[in-house]
Amino acid sequence: MKRHLLIALLVLGSCFGSSIAIADEANEAAVAADPVAEKRLQGLSEELRCLVCQNQTIADSNAELAQDLRHEIRIMIKEGKSDKEIVDFMVARYGDFVLYRPPVKGITLLLWGGPLALMLFGLFALQRYLRRRNARLNAEDQPLSAADSSRADALLKESEQK
Amino acid sequence: MNRYYWILGAFAALVALLAVGLNLNPRDVPSPLVGKPAPAFNLNVLATPEKTLAPKDMLGKVWLLNVWSSWCISCRQEHPVLVEFSRKVDVPLIGLNYKEVRGDGEFDMSKMPADEEKKLAFQRANQWLAQHGNPYTLTVMDIDGRVGIDYGVYGVPETYVIDKAGTIRMKHTGPISPEVLTTKIMPLLAELNK
Repeated sequence: MKRHLLIALLVLGSCFGSSIAIADEANEAAVAADPVAEKRLQGLSEELRCLVCQNQTIADSNAELAQDLRHEIRIMIKEGKSDKEIVDFMVARYGDFVLYRPPVKGITLLLWGGPLALMLFGLFALQRYLRRRNARLNAEDQPLSAADSSRADALLKESEQK
Repeated sequence: MNRYYWILGAFAALVALLAVGLNLNPRDVPSPLVGKPAPAFNLNVLATPEKTLAPKDMLGKVWLLNVWSSWCISCRQEHPVLVEFSRKVDVPLIGLNYKEVRGDGEFDMSKMPADEEKKLAFQRANQWLAQHGNPYTLTVMDIDGRVGIDYGVYGVPETYVIDKAGTIRMKHTGPISPEVLTTKIMPLLAELNK
């Protein structure tokens, strides 16, 4: 039981912790000019989905809309807007879909809770199966009845004689 | 035997889930702007560049805002539908020309001064409408795409239905087909104009 849990946790863990960064000439120049702002831009745009390519962040995508939005974020950073204000700006225009981490609310509950519920269900089913299997094996381990035992002895003797 | 039925049932449920999921259109992102006031802008009018139009000028009217561009291939597909619409229906159809020059990808924008881009944008937009017909009551020019961002434009063409109070009531992403027009847009316009 414990070993199964460990494996499950290891598999879960390997799903996290990968990120990609892009660097083109324009970006490099901008980073040199203001490294702090660019670091914020990078962080923010990794949280935001590019709606044109849908499976890329604004940081990864070179679609024109992504470039425009990076430009827009740069301006907002210069204006001294907070991260929350910038993210709210995007959500107001493109909806929760732009967020790679959608907020927990009624409509996204299945999205957030689904995997956990599935894992709990799997663990529950596994535990039930193992318990039944144990019970079955234990039941089969009963010592032989007197009649069966004498029959087994007779069979063994027969095979020895051959 | 019984538990194999159970597995079969689970598999069928999974197939059903995937079938539904794969048939959804991932481009159909619900706009948070529906039910909100149309974002303000003040843009130059294509036919009369010295004049500007703002959404508040349209208050009291139900109107359509259609985002288009001459480089947009799908716009060609929907254009005849719009031309037909403008002939038959007395609802203002405002065009929002989106990034006419810089959206094309044909030009090196780092070498083009702003006034030249503006001149070229007006010229190209006028030429396209002369060639394909002009369904628009008027068109405003969003040369840098800034207004497009406020409207959450992510794929041209897009169309917004805006009511008398200036509230966005519907957004359609992608070309308007005759079906979308008759089954969704026309009934909504009729209801809003009641």
